[in-house]
Amino acid sequence: MLLVAAVLGLPVVTVVVYAFYGADGVWSHLAGTVLPTYVYNSLLLSLGVGAGTLVIGTGTAWLTVMCDFPGRRLMTWLLLLPLSMPAYIIAYTYTGMLDFAGPVQSTLRAWFGWGYGDYFFPEIRSLPGAAVMLTLVLYPYVYLLSRAAFLEQSVCALDVGRTMGLSPWQVFRRIALPLARPAIVTGLSLVLMETLADYGTVKYFGVSTFTTGIFRTWFGMGEPAAAAQLAAVLLGAVVLLILLERWSRRQRQYHHTSGRYQPLSAYRLSLGRGYLALLACVSPVVLGFALPALQLLSWSADTMAEQLGRGFPQLVFHSLLLAALTSILALGLALLLAYGRRLRGTTAVRAAVGTAGLGYAIPGTVIAVGVILPFAWLDNTIDAWARAHLGVSTGLILSGTLVALVFAYLVRFLAVSLQTVESGLAKIAISLDETARSLGANPTRTLRTVHMPIMRGSLLTAVLLVFVDVMKELPATLILRPFDFNTLAVRAFELASDEQLAAAAPSALAIAIAGLAPVILLSRSIARSRPGQGANA
Amino acid sequence: MGHWIRHAARLAAVSLLSFCAAVQAADVVNVYSARKEVLIRPLLDRFSEQTGIRVNMLSADAGALLSRLRSEGRNTPADVLLTVDAGNLHRAREAGVLQPTESKVLDEHVPAAFRDPEGYWFGLSKRARVIFRSKERTEQGAIDSYEALADPRWRGEVCIRSSNNIYNQSLVASLIAHQGVEVTENWVEGLVANMARSPQGGDRDQIRAVAAGQCDLAVANTYYFGRMLADEDSRAVAEQVALVWPNQGGRGAHVNVSGAGVTKHAKHTENAVRLLEYLVGSEAQRWYAEANFEYPVREGVEISPVLREFGEFQSDDLNLSKLGVYNDEAVRLMDRAGWR
Repeated sequence: MLLVAAVLGLPVVTVVVYAFYGADGVWSHLAGTVLPTYVYNSLLLSLGVGAGTLVIGTGTAWLTVMCDFPGRRLMTWLLLLPLSMPAYIIAYTYTGMLDFAGPVQSTLRAWFGWGYGDYFFPEIRSLPGAAVMLTLVLYPYVYLLSRAAFLEQSVCALDVGRTMGLSPWQVFRRIALPLARPAIVTGLSLVLMETLADYGTVKYFGVSTFTTGIFRTWFGMGEPAAAAQLAAVLLGAVVLLILLERWSRRQRQYHHTSGRYQPLSAYRLSLGRGYLALLACVSPVVLGFALPALQLLSWSADTMAEQLGRGFPQLVFHSLLLAALTSILALGLALLLAYGRRLRGTTAVRAAVGTAGLGYAIPGTVIAVGVILPFAWLDNTIDAWARAHLGVSTGLILSGTLVALVFAYLVRFLAVSLQTVESGLAKIAISLDETARSLGANPTRTLRTVHMPIMRGSLLTAVLLVFVDVMKELPATLILRPFDFNTLAVRAFELASDEQLAAAAPSALAIAIAGLAPVILLSRSIARSRPGQGANA
Repeated sequence: MGHWIRHAARLAAVSLLSFCAAVQAADVVNVYSARKEVLIRPLLDRFSEQTGIRVNMLSADAGALLSRLRSEGRNTPADVLLTVDAGNLHRAREAGVLQPTESKVLDEHVPAAFRDPEGYWFGLSKRARVIFRSKERTEQGAIDSYEALADPRWRGEVCIRSSNNIYNQSLVASLIAHQGVEVTENWVEGLVANMARSPQGGDRDQIRAVAAGQCDLAVANTYYFGRMLADEDSRAVAEQVALVWPNQGGRGAHVNVSGAGVTKHAKHTENAVRLLEYLVGSEAQRWYAEANFEYPVREGVEISPVLREFGEFQSDDLNLSKLGVYNDEAVRLMDRAGWR
């Protein structure tokens, strides 16, 4: 297990080691000019996205779990839709709509005869704009995990609260929210890591953050060591974040002792309030999915025929293959690591597991280079050995193949499945392990027959989140993919970054559609996974 | 589930093997391309049709491709590195991943300013970075040089994209090559002071902003303008804007090239050279002008009506390897001047 963690941590370690190669004077240049901006913007962006996703995510999760309002069932899965929308795509579409030269503002100007500067219109391509874009596509992480947590909560704990005379709001704030905290924090930390690693959106909006800084230092100034130093600083911030969260949880345990589950009795909302709740749930879906999807659809109308002809089915197949392969491997590894930590929580194991999950916060490009360096070194070493001793050249065995790409995905997205699995495990009382073990089941059997059925929802969540993430992933795919191996995301990005938004639309739409099936599957299984709830939920 | 995994694994293995076979076969050439696939594939396909040589390609950011080339060392599968700017080609040469190519065809058709003096790389198409002005709010002749973009007269009237963009980095690098760091830094400071908004979006967005009245002047590459004129939806917008060739009569308009070089450890050197020669052939050169609105690097090639409308221009004859030499200095300078 330590070996697995070590291998997965390799790219991260490579980056950190690389950072120690001196880069004379570059650091002082950065610190004196752009570094403060990077720090400030990254911090502000994280705060904005964090607050936004927290409110939208937990709010809608609570409403759909605990309140009865028209359209509630439909909303439980509609709320997940924005998950399938890549952040850079939504940024492109909103810019197309809301920019100064876009249709909305142009129409306003035509109606009222305004010119530039005559009226106020929020600038979409700005830091707040980027925060809104990221919030709209990332809130489902918090929604998903907190919803799963609310569903897994024993009705007894909540009903005790109700009989003690707590109002719905108080039950939410004083019982449900604290009990769901590990899940919410997990969701939030995924969101923050994703935010810190975002490149496409901030680049397009011209917001200078750590990620754009890393690219610029690396490729613009040709200073890989200094770029690695920036990446290491980013990494440090994430480690700090994780430690802080762990420290604040300390020894508290979040599982409850009651195993009694009954269908939750929802709060009945009055008609007016019911529609308000519906509105609260509908707006993130409209803004984060429906509106951009419609825009993409209208663009697609012009270019669909041409785009579909160009090896499109193959693009779809490649994307699905990569996503399926990675998500299943990631689940296996996450189970191994998380369960290992539960069984033997030594400091070494914990540190190793922690490092393996860090990749999520590192921009894909940096991971890719962290993968290329050791892989190419290994390949070249084997090749040199084979040439010297066997007289044949083995060439590149790993780099430039799907192995390298899937490995990079695993490094980058393991955190997603790891955290989901861990928060699932955390809610299972240790006493269950102990009972199973004392009845003679070995750890593997305990995992298979006790833990896995209980956390089926978490496991599926882990698989599907990684699946959707891989579908959307861009920078690592661009650099590591084999020859002539393109995916939907690559096609969409290449066209969009060439400012051919309309031509990019079919591929972008396909990513969103391909993400739909797992998302629907996800919501159905979560609803069913609540013990005692049956298939009627 | 187990069955499914086995199936997926087998599929992956098969596609892996077939891929390896494709890369090693005799009649292929493997290209690392910073030019987006959609913008070059039609040309490569035509090359394959004519020669029977299959082209495998991998498109990504030039910096990333360079990292990959370096770490793969002598086992790299790539035979050709193709970029959209000269700076990165120069950097590739410095990194020791290219080899010099001797070809009469290339030497004859690619003018000296647009290729490496020792044949490490060759320009394939020219792209000029020029000034655009609002037809409505500015007079013809109101601006005639890059230097004038820093004139206080244009305070709050200039739209230009981020300094992260390689074309802006190359423009500043060319100014450093001509005038030195100090003069250029003053110019960049003046330009930053004149910006209508903090840099955002791509080149077309700058042109659109001029049409919409957010600024009077913009800096962008000509082919974006060409594409806007060719597209029904954006023609009305583009027609409100006029193209200005800067520094005519002086050193000329700043141009960059897309170009390519043969990698040091190429396994299919002969095919690689054939590909480069094809790309400077008159058919391929015309294609650049017709499909992409770029200027052919070869003299005497017919250009599209849209490009003819832009008129003749004098281009800066600075050897483009200088753009690579001064690129990091340019980035630092823009950092200092606060060009985001």
